[in-house]
Amino acid sequence: MASKVVYSHRDPMLKKRDDFEDMLEERRTTSDLRYALKCYTPALYKGLTPCKSSELKNMVLQSDQLLYVINQLSKETGTSTDEIEAEASAILEEMAHRLQLSTVRFFAFALSKVFKTVFRSICVNEEGIQRLQQAIQEHPVVLLPSHRSYMDFLLMSYILYTYDLALPVIAAGMDFMGMKVVGEMLRMSGAFFIRRSFGGDKLYWAVFSEYVKIMLKNGYAPVEFFLEGTRSRTAKSLTPKLGLLNIVLDPFLKGEVFDVNLVPVSISYERILEETLYARELLGVPKPKESTSGLFKARKILSEDYGSIHVYFGQPVSARSLAEGRVNRSQFNLIPRHIPRKPAEEIQDFVNDSAYRLVRAQEENMVLKPWVLLASLLLQNQAAGSKQGMQLEELTDQAVWLRDLSRQFGAFLHWPDNIPPSKVVSCSLSLHQSLVRISEGRVQLTLEQAGGRADPGLPLPAVTPEEELLNRAVIVLSCASYRNQALHVFIRPALLASAVHAASVNRKQEIFNTFSFLRNMFSDEFILRPGAEVQDFEEACYLLVKSGALQINQQQVLVTDRGHRTLAFLTSILDPFVQGYQMVCRFLCEEAAEGLTEKLFVPAVRKFITKHLLSGRLKYAEVLSSDLQKNALAALLRLGAVQRLRGRGEQGALKVNTVMVNSLEDTLGGKLPTQKPVAARL
Amino acid sequence: MASNSSGDSSSRHQTARHRLSVIAGHLQRPADSNAAVLAVECKAQGTTPNIRTGVRSEGRTVPRRRQEIMKWNGWGYSDSRFLFNKKGQAEFTGKRYRLSGMIIPGLKDWLESTFGASLQHKAPATPILNSSAVQPPTVNEAFVEELRSTGVPFSHEAEDRVFRSHGHCLHEIFALREGKIGRIPDMVVWPNCHNDVVKIVELACKHNVCLIPYGGGTSVSSALECPPEETRSIVSLDTSQMNRILWIDEKNLTARVESGIVGQDLERLLNESGYCTGHEPDSMEFSSLGGWVATRASGMKKNIYGNIEDLVVHIKTVTPRGVIEKSCQGPRMSTGPDIHHFIMGSEGTLGVVTEVTIKIRPMPEYQKYGSVVFPNFEQGVACLREVAKQRCAPASIRLMDNEQFKFGHALKPQVSSIFTSFLDGLKKFYITKFKGFDPNHLCVATLLFEGDREKVLQHEKQVYDIAAKFGGLAAGEDNGQRGYIMTFVIAYLRDLGMDYYVIGESFETSVPWDRVLDICRNVKARIVRECKDKGVQFPPLSTCRVTQTYDAGACVYFYFAFNYRGLSDPVHVYEQVEHAAREEVLANGGSLSHHHGVGKLRKEWMRETVSTVGMGMLQSVKDYVDPNNIFGNRNLL
Repeated sequence: MASKVVYSHRDPMLKKRDDFEDMLEERRTTSDLRYALKCYTPALYKGLTPCKSSELKNMVLQSDQLLYVINQLSKETGTSTDEIEAEASAILEEMAHRLQLSTVRFFAFALSKVFKTVFRSICVNEEGIQRLQQAIQEHPVVLLPSHRSYMDFLLMSYILYTYDLALPVIAAGMDFMGMKVVGEMLRMSGAFFIRRSFGGDKLYWAVFSEYVKIMLKNGYAPVEFFLEGTRSRTAKSLTPKLGLLNIVLDPFLKGEVFDVNLVPVSISYERILEETLYARELLGVPKPKESTSGLFKARKILSEDYGSIHVYFGQPVSARSLAEGRVNRSQFNLIPRHIPRKPAEEIQDFVNDSAYRLVRAQEENMVLKPWVLLASLLLQNQAAGSKQGMQLEELTDQAVWLRDLSRQFGAFLHWPDNIPPSKVVSCSLSLHQSLVRISEGRVQLTLEQAGGRADPGLPLPAVTPEEELLNRAVIVLSCASYRNQALHVFIRPALLASAVHAASVNRKQEIFNTFSFLRNMFSDEFILRPGAEVQDFEEACYLLVKSGALQINQQQVLVTDRGHRTLAFLTSILDPFVQGYQMVCRFLCEEAAEGLTEKLFVPAVRKFITKHLLSGRLKYAEVLSSDLQKNALAALLRLGAVQRLRGRGEQGALKVNTVMVNSLEDTLGGKLPTQKPVAARL
Repeated sequence: MASNSSGDSSSRHQTARHRLSVIAGHLQRPADSNAAVLAVECKAQGTTPNIRTGVRSEGRTVPRRRQEIMKWNGWGYSDSRFLFNKKGQAEFTGKRYRLSGMIIPGLKDWLESTFGASLQHKAPATPILNSSAVQPPTVNEAFVEELRSTGVPFSHEAEDRVFRSHGHCLHEIFALREGKIGRIPDMVVWPNCHNDVVKIVELACKHNVCLIPYGGGTSVSSALECPPEETRSIVSLDTSQMNRILWIDEKNLTARVESGIVGQDLERLLNESGYCTGHEPDSMEFSSLGGWVATRASGMKKNIYGNIEDLVVHIKTVTPRGVIEKSCQGPRMSTGPDIHHFIMGSEGTLGVVTEVTIKIRPMPEYQKYGSVVFPNFEQGVACLREVAKQRCAPASIRLMDNEQFKFGHALKPQVSSIFTSFLDGLKKFYITKFKGFDPNHLCVATLLFEGDREKVLQHEKQVYDIAAKFGGLAAGEDNGQRGYIMTFVIAYLRDLGMDYYVIGESFETSVPWDRVLDICRNVKARIVRECKDKGVQFPPLSTCRVTQTYDAGACVYFYFAFNYRGLSDPVHVYEQVEHAAREEVLANGGSLSHHHGVGKLRKEWMRETVSTVGMGMLQSVKDYVDPNNIFGNRNLL
């Protein structure tokens, strides 16, 4: 098993997905206590030599790699090896998990109670569980869940415990350690803690990587971490972080294990617990520091309905099949494997590419609820300037149209077909009362406070226009986070639609050039695998031809009559981002002062955008999202239009290449034709 | 068997007799050897100057017409083979080996349970060579005419030519069993001495004939396969009649030997004078001295005697450019890159090795087998590593994995007395129950000690003490000896497997110590996965052993075999799996070959193995020595 190379299917419609079972159903009918105390005997890795977590620590401290680094450091700094060893031991102490079944049982009990109150159902694909069970026995397993909520890793362990699977050890950010009791409890349920940044600390890196590798190699437990590194505040997948993936692929690349099974897990929440919290954070209201008391305050969450959760355990991806034909493993033949080395470019590219493939595999199995489509439609309607919202029937009609379109694009849409669409729509709306309301048969976002009940996350009623704008933006960003869940379905066709829209002629090559430009521009914003322009273009063409929106021959791309609606929708979906990036460009050209630093960038650009929004020159409140602004800056840095100046303290100043930024802005706005793409031709 | 006879007497004669019984690869009753070994008339035709000393040259194993005593489409002697008798029990025929005439009760079950094979499903070989399937020879008349005038014997007969058209790769034997015959040599010549070879090579150059040297024919690298694109007349140069020991120099402990002598003859003849070379590759019954030199062979007892490159003092080789040899027999020289190393491993691409001066040693006084059981393979490897570190490896030390241990067990002949089987049961109980070894994990190391009695016993204790540190338990001489018997009969066993839809092969590599466990695990797993992916219906046998230890690494030997029922092109599947396994070896830091050589089978990896510049160096040697590609077997490069 697990030999299938992840993703890359020609026709997404043909993708076979498993059915779900609601695991809360049984919890509602049988005793939670008995469940928490059940006999737990998971199937383990075939080569496993069981050991306690204390033995594990010893293995790490005795490992060749760590001893090598300690000796090196001792030579470099003159500190005695004993001292450095003690330091390593302390790091390990701070990091290591102390998995205890009793704590897990406690969580199993407590979480059962919580989950049953908060969620309607937790649906899991049991075939995926079976595949995982198989995979765990064959090779070391790495679990890679998507990360949208704090809930994610508790939920994962909860599910694995329920299905009698080996409990994972989980890489968690050090910030959890701030919560004294909870931190320790998480540790005892399998979490190990890593510092957020330890850039040059060789010792820390050695201890950390060796700890993870030893657990993985010995099949001690599945290793779980979040490819995205942190929770996505926007519900879009984040550009994957490569550190841990590098570590878990290393034993395979160096031949220390035959293979590693990477299991992407897609967790989709119908309603995210942190909904407005995220929106506020993106708008610059800082996130509350994780603390135990904060967690208790969150208990009012318990009184609300958060719908259902879908957890999809994807097809295990074999590291070996990913590397097949891509990596020459004999490059490790000439230097002892325990001597740490910076990975060769070939390896870095491979890990990066694998990370993207895995994130896309997560995306593909994300369950989309009808509300995601409704949010997309409502946002577009709102941005089009409609003050009264949409007629319910019209919304339903459009939703049905969009349902069919997204299915053609391969979305994993959970739209109950046995229920009339109007019912589906009204049910979805009622779950999201905090964001949307129906009055006089019209549906609109709760942008004005009138009539809407005070949302727990919202500040006091607004007094100034700025505050009012901020309040509106909270709602818009919350809605956008639902629309964003579907972006991975639409992004490639949307890039093509925008390219067709922008192109003056319908020559295919020209459109491809524009497509590549946009794709390149937005590659920090969306998950677009580096180097896959042509593949993405072809996929987009294929989907739009199949859905009847385009006709494409050797030379030309033609929009069909019925294609206009599809293209308009797709263009609008990308439009907030296009305009947002333009705004950032304009800001940098017009207002970027000499000493602008990265730290000052977000507040300054936010001010600039607020001004434009208030004056009515910009219609998308979601451009206020710091995520978008940072991504735009990252893109400009990547393209060389902005440069980081070194020196002068920690915060490097930004140097703007005005001409280049200007021309990028104009190209985005369609005022300038796309220049010749750097690399690919069709 | 080693210790029993030499206990009380150390007289030279005794030892020699005893020694005979050991090396001749378990030839039965070596003392009255006439029954098994064919005497060949001493030939020395015409003008060869006779420089021989007193060593007699009768009693040679290999006749010109090899097919008279050997199988044309399988391994070894015609009279020795495994078969299932009427009762369905496995039996080994003939009288040559210790196993000959014995019943092997466990083999049937093992074959059935390991491969899912069944005695009902037979895949018999074509019994007789159909000469009409053989292409008529491409004869270079002018060459033949001139050759005839030299008096060197030759043949155009189909049987002779087919016999020399192959080694023992699976695909070669499989094709023969099916009666399929491709490009084969057009003629066979049997030079008698160095000068004959000089004449043949001169004529070949003159008439542009392709020469392929042929020694023992035990190649497993497709080295003997005739390149199908070769349009010239191909002449197989069979060295088997150049099989004399020319002299023995007791002062320097060297012997000058013609290159065609096969291992068992060399040892037997030297033993008669109280000496041995100690070079014992698993193929030593049939492989030749010249072949060892041309492939950089390695012997099981290299820990005492060294590999072929350590044994050779002087080499004489006939090339199209002339004869290459050194001017003296100094034990070591600093005279630029060693020209011997162009010849060793040249795989017949540069010329024919005709005479070799090889080191000899007095025969060991005492020999003792032994074995150690380890709870698992990891412990076993750790022990071998420690033994290598302390540089106290016995003459031979091999570590078999669990599958091979079971395989070895299946080859146990029927025991005669109830007492022995009772003892066996007791041993098994002790190891698995009392010591808690898991029968599905335990593995066994087989040992062979040689030297004077005192030292052997001391050495033995040292090794067993190290083993004990790694959880190893001494498991007796029998187990050890059986392990070595297996290496001689395994090739016969393949023929039996092929009778029942099981095909298999072995391959080897060398690897640094820190990689040994990883490479064993990964290559075995790769074989299993590839078989599954390629549609093999039954799980394959995928097993390995560590067969040699060095200071910086070890030699690892893999066996793999599978039941090919249900596959339309089993050989192709087999080749794909073997290819994947080799890729895995290389990816895990293993070498392309430890001692089998490259031939044509592994040529595609040569460039990455020795680098482009390295290839260029080898190529320029070839271009200089043999510009017209007279030695056109196209191996290596």
